[in-house]
Amino acid sequence: MGRTEPPENPQTAAAPDAWAGLMARAQAGERDAYRALLLAVTPYIRAMAARALRERADVEDAVQDILITVHRIRHSYDPARPFRPWLAGVARHRLLDRLRAKGRRAVWEVVWEPVHETFAGDAANTEDRALDTPALNAAIASLPAGQRRAIELTKLREMSLREASAVSGMTEGALKVAVHRGLARLRILLGGTATR
Amino acid sequence: MTGTPDLINTLVADAAPVRRLRPPVLRALAWLAVAVVVIGVLGIWHGPRADLQMRLGQPWFVAGMAAAALTGALAAMAAFLLSLPDRSRGWGLLPMPAAALWLGTVGAGCLTDWVRLDGENFQWGDAASCFGLLLLASVPLSVLLFWMLRHTARLRPTPAILSGGLAVAALSACALSLLHVFEASAMILLWNFGAAALVLGVDTAIGRRVLR
Repeated sequence: MGRTEPPENPQTAAAPDAWAGLMARAQAGERDAYRALLLAVTPYIRAMAARALRERADVEDAVQDILITVHRIRHSYDPARPFRPWLAGVARHRLLDRLRAKGRRAVWEVVWEPVHETFAGDAANTEDRALDTPALNAAIASLPAGQRRAIELTKLREMSLREASAVSGMTEGALKVAVHRGLARLRILLGGTATR
Repeated sequence: MTGTPDLINTLVADAAPVRRLRPPVLRALAWLAVAVVVIGVLGIWHGPRADLQMRLGQPWFVAGMAAAALTGALAAMAAFLLSLPDRSRGWGLLPMPAAALWLGTVGAGCLTDWVRLDGENFQWGDAASCFGLLLLASVPLSVLLFWMLRHTARLRPTPAILSGGLAVAALSACALSLLHVFEASAMILLWNFGAAALVLGVDTAIGRRVLR
């Protein structure tokens, strides 16, 4: 079999006329020909996918899906026939499948935008009040000394229990209890409820 | 997820030589040859129906058998053509004229025979043995066909499955008519189209799962 020198520069993609020949060689296991073919057909597939799908991430997913399908059923291509209709057939089938699956999912799904990120309970929408630092500082200052120290070390200075224990001389267990009680008390002071 | 260039690298690394599929018509002929053997073996094992000689003298019977066999052959070709991505979906219509002829001849044969449309001769034992024959003919043919069409799993397999189911159904009905005596014309209708509908339905349901 006469081997032509493979032009394996991805920049110079093989022309569509050469695709059938490349595929025939790929079927025989010639990797260079196969690489040249896949690189050449990818933009063509991408254009088809972009026409069928709107979201860019979907397009690239579909391109990969089509490439994998081409790979799996490459033995079904008959080199005596033109390659482009075969490729277009594979792409069309996979795109249709994708659109159908999307349609099925869309019936059950709602697009979740950041603007929807809110919750029915008032207590969940307290961003503004949480940033009310004078009130928070005053509330912390009013805590019993042990609780205040525990909160300062573990929450405000973000120490681990072990570090906080070393600094304060309190045991880790005592720190945990103090943090828990301090947080519960802060919640009450700041207008929430004591329960979590 | 990996990028497309990475995917291409992976696919290229996996590009072992493949054996090309033979042309679809040849593959259909190979399947039909197996079908003839299966039905032949069944015929030898079960023996032809007692009145086959007499039946073969009846034009409606012969025409019905021929139409069923033709439907089976054309539907098999259509199934193999439809399993390829670059063939027209129009191939699905290939067996339709023969299927219409089959329907017509069996129906017309029943009409000429209408006087014998009675339930007296119906026996469950007969029905069970008939059903057994149906399974023996249709199951191996369906399994082989779906195995030969397995590569369509990555495409839309439904038209190919429908066509393949029709091929199995028509050939099974053909085999039943050769091997089993139907006492009443209602039974002929029932077994021809009931069996065909059953095989088609089961094959479609199973094929969709297997070829996904």
